[in-house]
Amino acid sequence: MQDTKPTTVDNVVEMRHICKSFGTVQALSDVHFELRRGEILSLLGENGSGKTTLMNILSGIYFPDAGDIFVNGKAVTIRQPKDAFDLNIGMVHQHFKLVDVFSAAENIVLGLPGGMTINRRSLSKHVREIADQYGFEIDPEKKVYDMSVSEKQTVEIIKALYRGADILILDEPTAVLTPQETDKLFDIMRAMKKDKKSIILITHKLNEVLAVSDRVTVLRKGEYIDTVQTKDATVQSLTDMMVGRSVSLEIDRPAPTNVKPILKVQSLTVLDQEGSKALDDVNFEVNGGEILGIAGISGSGQRELCEAIAGLYPVTGGSILYRTVVDGHEVDENVVGLNPNELVKKGIALAFVPEDRLGMGLVPSLDMVDNIMLKHYRKKKGFLVDRKSPRKIAERLVEELQIVTPDVFTPIRRLSGGNVQKILVGREIDTAPRLLMVAYPVRGLDINSSYTIYNLLNEQKEKGVAVIFVGEDLDVLMEISDRLLVLSGGRVTGIVDPRVTSKQDIGLLMLGQSIDKEKGADAV
Amino acid sequence: MKVLNVIINLINAAVLAGTPLLLATSGEILTEKSGNLNLGVEGQMYMGAIAGLAGAWFAEQWFGTGGMIPLIIAVIFSFIMGCISGLIYSVLTVTLRANQNVTGLTLAIFGTGFGKFFGEVLGHKAGGFVAVGQETKAMFGNINFGKLTETPFIGTLFFRYNWLVYFALIIAVIMGWYLNKTRSGLSLRAVGESPGTADSAGINVTRYKYGATIIGGGLCGLAGMYMSMVNQKGIWVTDCVSGYGWLAIALVIFSTWSPLRAIYSSIIFGGLTVMYMRIPIPGLPTAIYMMFPYIATIIVLILTSIKQIKEHAQPASTGLNYYREER
Repeated sequence: MQDTKPTTVDNVVEMRHICKSFGTVQALSDVHFELRRGEILSLLGENGSGKTTLMNILSGIYFPDAGDIFVNGKAVTIRQPKDAFDLNIGMVHQHFKLVDVFSAAENIVLGLPGGMTINRRSLSKHVREIADQYGFEIDPEKKVYDMSVSEKQTVEIIKALYRGADILILDEPTAVLTPQETDKLFDIMRAMKKDKKSIILITHKLNEVLAVSDRVTVLRKGEYIDTVQTKDATVQSLTDMMVGRSVSLEIDRPAPTNVKPILKVQSLTVLDQEGSKALDDVNFEVNGGEILGIAGISGSGQRELCEAIAGLYPVTGGSILYRTVVDGHEVDENVVGLNPNELVKKGIALAFVPEDRLGMGLVPSLDMVDNIMLKHYRKKKGFLVDRKSPRKIAERLVEELQIVTPDVFTPIRRLSGGNVQKILVGREIDTAPRLLMVAYPVRGLDINSSYTIYNLLNEQKEKGVAVIFVGEDLDVLMEISDRLLVLSGGRVTGIVDPRVTSKQDIGLLMLGQSIDKEKGADAV
Repeated sequence: MKVLNVIINLINAAVLAGTPLLLATSGEILTEKSGNLNLGVEGQMYMGAIAGLAGAWFAEQWFGTGGMIPLIIAVIFSFIMGCISGLIYSVLTVTLRANQNVTGLTLAIFGTGFGKFFGEVLGHKAGGFVAVGQETKAMFGNINFGKLTETPFIGTLFFRYNWLVYFALIIAVIMGWYLNKTRSGLSLRAVGESPGTADSAGINVTRYKYGATIIGGGLCGLAGMYMSMVNQKGIWVTDCVSGYGWLAIALVIFSTWSPLRAIYSSIIFGGLTVMYMRIPIPGLPTAIYMMFPYIATIIVLILTSIKQIKEHAQPASTGLNYYREER
């Protein structure tokens, strides 16, 4: 409540001395923010840096504890989302705010004033007009539950525009998009910028910041760090500002040692719920001491593949051969049809970090000890469970992986995504697996946590574990994998050596096209 | 001819028995569309039943006349009593964010006790038992459509009911139109499906939840009045609601959250509840016969969970309380 006048009229939004705390956690302290007319501003920060909280304050979801907000030069109070609309501020949340059973048009018109009934025809027409103006593709009558993620995002953006938003906040819009969809989104953002709209892009992906924005505002741990012109910034300079110290962006790839086969997948075929093939004649081998990356557009069969190997998905055809030692002889055991418990009983040391951490991986309302106990309680016979040893493991994991938690008895849903992932990966590694499958292990994680996970995977690889790494960031996959398997529509379109293959070629494989053999494909 | 008569009589009885179910089901659909799973319908009906009867009885005492005035007072009293029960539920679950299931079950127990207690009190006051006069009773009897009622077949099928039957039908149709066609109905459905979405679209979630739950409660109150004024003919009977409130909750599922489908499903359920009196099956104990509506509910539950149609499902956030700043 210090100053009452904004510095320049050029600023469509100015936020000053913003503070907000949740209970005892100070989410924002004395944060400043400026947005100019007709610019794309990146709001950059790691997880928990307060960037989403700040924007939630601007869009009326949260109310600040202290601070002033100016919109178009006037001091304003934003108490609820409606106040934000009235100021022409629209926000596209990371978790879409859409009603599944409504059509696109119904979602767009939701909550707007007007006549008692809704004229659906003129509504659809208006939606199409907006879509044409900026280059969106949309079917106003399509139900949201039938839509892909990128279509849902389109609905969200049009919803904001339909409400006359001049200031558009996009919260991590590219996290769920393919590279092609991302490019399209950026084109649309540029078209909106030409139309004198101001856009705030919340992100932690640096290459996107550099590609599309005019200026960058960096937050760290709830504090304002600096605002710079994008043209003066580099990936390294932004990272240093974001993390607060100089970090190396190189991912290690130690040379594979002591390579020996662990898992062989032969003509594996599984069906999806509709009965079409989710995996079609998949063949590959994984060796101990190496990381096999799996790339592909999301929904190409990655989930089914992991779950089939883990004994969680019914297999229609083919075999999954796991190398075990029986009476001193190495034999390939077919594990198709066994459930996870039977796999454990067979002595098959397999660990799986699923993509849905809090759904399939951990129980959110239980604490660390109980979550670790889920994997342990069968080891000891008897009526009562042993809580001491999982507690010891939990305390060791907290120390080794630098998990930030009040104590090991805090329900894990209260922890940040990075810490949850460390617990999950830590628990799985603790079972001393010979095969470790991780699906999207760094999704939503900040730079520090991501590198902790990469290092853990490399450690396992050096111990002789076979690691399967399903990822979405092609740059990371190409840096960390020893071999890279590309899935497209449930088929393996190539297993390549990422050291000698170009990103463009892998992109083609992801789209289901083959590349010339000489270029390094089939370097199995 | 005889078979046709039996069928028409059964349909008449089914409609009469289905009407309180239709009123309560419409009320509960409205409530659930706002995301409030109110399991207290049975209690709300009891509260409406006693309020309606007491209203009519006192009106007769005050104004010294039966007929229209006691009728109007009964309607107003039972509706307001239902609204109050909805208000209690809303304050507890929306404002104080109490668990919806527990609150609903408590309301069912509370309302049942409330009805039975004041039924006894009123009985003592009236000197033995409460009963309204003939004139008032006639107001809840079948409407005389004159020649129309005499028309064979059509007359007996459509024009042999009391006014509440037509009123309940109109309410259900209006509610169907409101939910599917109006702007406000769209907002209400959004609140029940995804309150966070509705909130960020500028819809006042609290107001919609209160509004729908209170009006829904009022309809349950009217359904209760039907039990005491029509079924028991204006005499207080301790078990007058007798599980109809629970049936109404099952009917909401049976009619897949659509007030229009509730029309025929309430008639079917009404038929199932009275069939044992109309078409006795030799050798089948009545107790088993009376289980039919509940068996039908279980079968429908199984069928609807096999065939998942998103539009026919429970509103996604039903049973969950909403708090904007939750993290």
